[in-house]
Amino acid sequence: MLLNQFLLLAAILFSIGVYGVIVRRNGVLVLMSIELILNAVNINLVAFGTANGISGQVFSLFVIAVAAAEVGVGLAIVLLIYRNRRSIDIDELDELKG
Amino acid sequence: MILAASYDVPTNIVFGVVAAGMIYAAIRVVTSKNIVHAAYFLVAVLAGVGVNFLLLQAEFVALTQVLVYIGAIVVLFLFGIMLTRAPLGRADDLDNRQLRPAGVATALLLVVILAYTLIRGFTDTRLTLPEGAGRTTADIGDAIFSTYLIPFELVSMLLTAALIGAIVLARRD
Repeated sequence: MLLNQFLLLAAILFSIGVYGVIVRRNGVLVLMSIELILNAVNINLVAFGTANGISGQVFSLFVIAVAAAEVGVGLAIVLLIYRNRRSIDIDELDELKG
Repeated sequence: MILAASYDVPTNIVFGVVAAGMIYAAIRVVTSKNIVHAAYFLVAVLAGVGVNFLLLQAEFVALTQVLVYIGAIVVLFLFGIMLTRAPLGRADDLDNRQLRPAGVATALLLVVILAYTLIRGFTDTRLTLPEGAGRTTADIGDAIFSTYLIPFELVSMLLTAALIGAIVLARRD
């Protein structure tokens, strides 16, 4: 197997995730797109790690743990936004705009 | 690019099929009009990432991927969909139509730049996977509890903090 096939797949997944973050309006769907990005990074870490012992896999485990924490807090925030505004359309959250 | 090398043909076939499925499912995650379908396509992408880990002989990471992502995070997403009373059928207001050209342009630009860099930098770099049964899981345990002990403890603190934070945020008072 070539290293590049995994890296290119990860690059494509990453770009699809970026598209989702830009275009989606629903808060939960934006979090899902962020998961796509994090998984692309994990593929890269494990693929590069094959040449350098075990460190890549350990780092991808850390990324998975941090992603779990991120989703927990992120969904709690989305829930709070829904409770306060009856909508999780992130395009309506423009109170910081001058 | 993803040319089958002269060796490893079976793994390359598996990789090709799984990669094609993952890209299709990922595109459906970001374009689907039904939010529950998007969550299920996310399951497909995450399972595909797990298969990729198996191909890279990272079986412990693959199992963690299935347990944590498919077992926990997707369920959390489904709970989030349920609690925010998202429209369960087709909904046409999930996308910001005005941003769609900008999103496509950004994604294509990213793919082109990343692919160019990767093809320039890593063409012909072969993966050096150890032959036969490895001892990856034992190695990961050794590494986490020796070299990476402090990051590991920090991650456990972070998870506790995130758990308490999520409860404090989501609690009705």
